[in-house]
Amino acid sequence: MTVSDADELAAATPAAATPVTVAGVRGRREALQVARRNRKLLVGLAVVLVFLAVAVVGPLLTDHGPNEYVGPPAQRPSARWWFGTTMFGQDVFAQFAHGLRATFLVGLLGGGLAAVIGMVVGFTAGYRGGAADEALSMLTNVVLVIPTLAVLLIIATYLRVRGVVPEAIFIGLFSWPWVARAIRAQTFSLRTRDFVDLARLSGVGGARIVLREIVPNMSSYLFMTFILLFGGSVLMAATLDFIGLGPTEGISLGLMMNNAVLWSALPLGMWWWFVPPGLGITMIVGALYIMNVGLDEVFNPRLREL
Amino acid sequence: MRRYFGRKLLIYAVTFFVAVTVDWVIPRFMPGDPVQTMLARASLRPEASQAMQAYYTGVFGLDVPLWRQYLNFWGALVHGDLGVSIWLFPQPVTGIILRAIPYTLALLVPAILLSWWAGNKFGAYAARRRWLDNTVLPVGYVLTATPYMWLGILLAWALATEARLFPIAGGYSFDVEPSWSPRFAGNLLGHWFLPFASLFLVGFGGWAIGMRNLIIYELEADYAHYLEALGAPQRLVRRYAYHNALLPQLTGLALQLGVIVAGALVTEIVFSYPGLGYLILQAINNQDFFLIQGAFLFIIIGVLVANFCVDVAYVLVDPRTRTGMRGAT
Repeated sequence: MTVSDADELAAATPAAATPVTVAGVRGRREALQVARRNRKLLVGLAVVLVFLAVAVVGPLLTDHGPNEYVGPPAQRPSARWWFGTTMFGQDVFAQFAHGLRATFLVGLLGGGLAAVIGMVVGFTAGYRGGAADEALSMLTNVVLVIPTLAVLLIIATYLRVRGVVPEAIFIGLFSWPWVARAIRAQTFSLRTRDFVDLARLSGVGGARIVLREIVPNMSSYLFMTFILLFGGSVLMAATLDFIGLGPTEGISLGLMMNNAVLWSALPLGMWWWFVPPGLGITMIVGALYIMNVGLDEVFNPRLREL
Repeated sequence: MRRYFGRKLLIYAVTFFVAVTVDWVIPRFMPGDPVQTMLARASLRPEASQAMQAYYTGVFGLDVPLWRQYLNFWGALVHGDLGVSIWLFPQPVTGIILRAIPYTLALLVPAILLSWWAGNKFGAYAARRRWLDNTVLPVGYVLTATPYMWLGILLAWALATEARLFPIAGGYSFDVEPSWSPRFAGNLLGHWFLPFASLFLVGFGGWAIGMRNLIIYELEADYAHYLEALGAPQRLVRRYAYHNALLPQLTGLALQLGVIVAGALVTEIVFSYPGLGYLILQAINNQDFFLIQGAFLFIIIGVLVANFCVDVAYVLVDPRTRTGMRGAT
């Protein structure tokens, strides 16, 4: 692994990690103990779980859909309308709760897909090397340079009916390159280790070696990568929705902000319309990032606070 | 160094080729007929509709074989011809976009450079300083997790709607004529500040955290421990750590370019700032396919040029790329 490959890894992610193996049962138990005492990890996890609970339970608390016109327009938050109503008398809380569902869906699906593609490309390029590496690296570099939003923009424009699931899939299809690059670099360094050579000598196939020998050695890193991809997908979906290319049916947090800005919530000072969706996204993504720092400290003892 | 640039330029050339091809393929192979969509919106009499259909088929160049269409597309592109806007018919797309570009660049370039510089300095300073670290870290993470448009919305609401310190929308006020006068310049600056500030803040948070994390890694590296063991002053060790951490931050800048551009587009929409993002919003609302495709190409070209600038900067900063060793990938 060249210096810059390691650097790149660090640069690609807000909370970078080097893979550190916590080997054996003793190591695992120690990691668990440290995890239980790590404040960053616990706080981050708690925030995400609270929002997840709102996403699951929230829509059940209202007896109307997020886009139905149920109340008087432009009401401030009150006991009747917890988060107030929009310009058209839609319930902001119902929109928020349903929007959270879309947010988690996009994060899981988009982030998950990007993680899978990134891992397949990264492991293949890193383990096989040679021509496969050259071709995959070229592909990775090209997709890396093309701005994701620009491609999504041109695809979404021509889709008459847009749903949250296709949106998540498209986001996943274009946000994997940095993962592939980072995993390739790490696989490069792992594949020359003795235990990998030993496995190869004993006649184990390439795919099995990657799955049994290499993946476990960077599982903590892979998990943290997924968290970052989750956050990235959520932000990308919000951006796309805000431009006006969000789901044509249903609601999302980005779409709420889009509607608020479009219908003059800003000059009218209707803060209850645009504060909750942005705050929801910021808290979820921010909590994920902070969780990642906590995880980094758990897996990498050198980073723990002295 | 030649090999380094050769490889980079090859990647950019391939990227550009792929992007132009995508730009050509998607309108033609997506479900639904854009010509029909446009005509349906116009709701004309049948005979007029037929004439329009023939006209647009000619404009799109749909009446020749596919390979010919593809070559024609490249031919027109080389001549800077990106078609005619539907929203602002009959102005050419290229002209409309070129008028919007300066506004976008005026936001992006200072925001990128300043947030990168200030974020790095601040992050390096905060690392391993207990009190600062404990405040900077959460604030930085919240900033970098903030969707660009939401920070823009909050700033517009707090400083424009409530405090009335800044104008809320537009590139300049309607009551001033564009001219080389101090009055107009001041007006322009007032409208520029809030969108710039929201772009700057989000970027600042991200760079500060990145640098803080890198510095901590560097301070744990062997060379740093060795320097400390030799009795080198803390300032010197930190300076070395900073220089080493700058390289991955530069790579990070190249990786983040697409996200930052996307952020600028939505920020412009929040402030109705007359740049590329606001143009794209109008194009989407008016189903102006040519304009969207043109904007797509301009974004790609802009990001490629910016990437190249980062490559040049990398050569200036990292001596390994100069001497032909494999420094950067």
